[in-house]
Amino acid sequence: MTEETHRDDIAERVIRVIAETQKIPAESISIDKTFEELKIDSLDGINIVFGLENEFNISIPDENMASLRSVRDAVEGVRQLVAAQPGPTA
Amino acid sequence: MNRVAVTGLGIVCALGNSVPQVWDRVIHAESGIAPLPDPGNPAYRFANGAVAWGYNPADHFSDKELGMLERFAQFAAVAARQAVAQSGITFRGELADRTAVITGSSVGGQFSEEEGYKQLYRHNNPRVGPLTIPRTMSNAGASRISLECGTKGPAYTISTACSSANHAIGQAFWHIRQGTVTAAIAGGSEAVFAEGLLRAWEAMRVVSPDTCRPFSKDRRGLILGEGGAMLVLENWEHAKARGTEILGEVVGFGMSSDAHHITQPDMGGPSNAMRWALADAGLPPESVHYINAHGTGTVANDCTETASIRNVFGTHADKLLVSSTKSMHGHTLGAAGAVEAVVTIMALNKQVAPPTANYNEPDPACNLDIVANQARPASMETALSNSFAFGGLNAVLVFRANN
Repeated sequence: MTEETHRDDIAERVIRVIAETQKIPAESISIDKTFEELKIDSLDGINIVFGLENEFNISIPDENMASLRSVRDAVEGVRQLVAAQPGPTA
Repeated sequence: MNRVAVTGLGIVCALGNSVPQVWDRVIHAESGIAPLPDPGNPAYRFANGAVAWGYNPADHFSDKELGMLERFAQFAAVAARQAVAQSGITFRGELADRTAVITGSSVGGQFSEEEGYKQLYRHNNPRVGPLTIPRTMSNAGASRISLECGTKGPAYTISTACSSANHAIGQAFWHIRQGTVTAAIAGGSEAVFAEGLLRAWEAMRVVSPDTCRPFSKDRRGLILGEGGAMLVLENWEHAKARGTEILGEVVGFGMSSDAHHITQPDMGGPSNAMRWALADAGLPPESVHYINAHGTGTVANDCTETASIRNVFGTHADKLLVSSTKSMHGHTLGAAGAVEAVVTIMALNKQVAPPTANYNEPDPACNLDIVANQARPASMETALSNSFAFGGLNAVLVFRANN
């Protein structure tokens, strides 16, 4: 993984975190899938958010949890938080 | 079947170190929730807790004793001393053999466990303290009480997360009712403010960043609390023969499992626990006047609990007084049922419904009379106390006033 983070790279890494925490193949996850379709419940969501915080070295506020309903939500949310961060990954 | 009297109460929590202190603050809707002495580094996502602010270990134990006793076990012992003193009971001869001690604790002695890990993993020191096991074991509180009081009957600890103490009190009630024992010291204790445990709660994202506002539309989660509470339960005739004051009566106990999800609440399990507790008491739902709710202040619990209460009580739900005193003493986890049992018995004894503090705005999904922000004098004969745990384990007690 390079330090440079472009759009596709973020989506790919988010999908990998979801795949790893859910123990499902990354190929089964696309950007358009909802968490409901992926059978991700609230506890899974907390686990995924924890994984995303570690992966991207970000802090995801509790307030953002409720609006997290799809892979796209996760990718967009991470992208905003990464962009707001100082440093090489911004 | 034997009737079961409550003849002693003891408590240590954020609201004080005695039943009169705690009750006085409860009826004035005073919250024991305040900024944590150690906010964490980096700071925890939550700034506040219901710490046992006025508790000083040295007031209750010698240095030598403190070396053997974790904070949660201290809470158990101190609460038991108060309850036994109020009851005036002495455990000698056959009564000692026929007295049980049953305590609840969710996690036992976390401070010693974490200290051991620090030595091992941070300092690379393989020598972990020799008292780590007796300090850490979840039954340390029960064992200490038995040692201090000289009780020699059944003694054990139940660990069912936030339902632990209700399960413990319920078992003690059943033991006495069926005649296995004559008396019991039962309750629960917990000391949650250990760094590793707080980090684990932080990651669960259920702790409120401000305060605990049960049933209020703007509720944002639970507030962690510490403490302990114990009840002396006694065969009714035995208590009468001693001439001691009977503070209230335990009349029913119901327990169930959701079989639904490890953390998400479900309406079925809590409904069954309430229904079965009433059936155990031989009482119709219409006889209940007050419910001390589980009422954690999380979005999910409070609306699911409301739906469960409506499910069990039907139109009578609108006549119930329902409050969550966790708004004041916090969520004391394995002690919760015991702390709330003390509050519920006091409510019946004083005929005052405790308030739900910190309440701001109605939530249509929590449309019960939740006794918002002000205690309410009320004629109450029967009360329920609900505890619903992570893991879907539910335990409900039914208490009756001694009129």
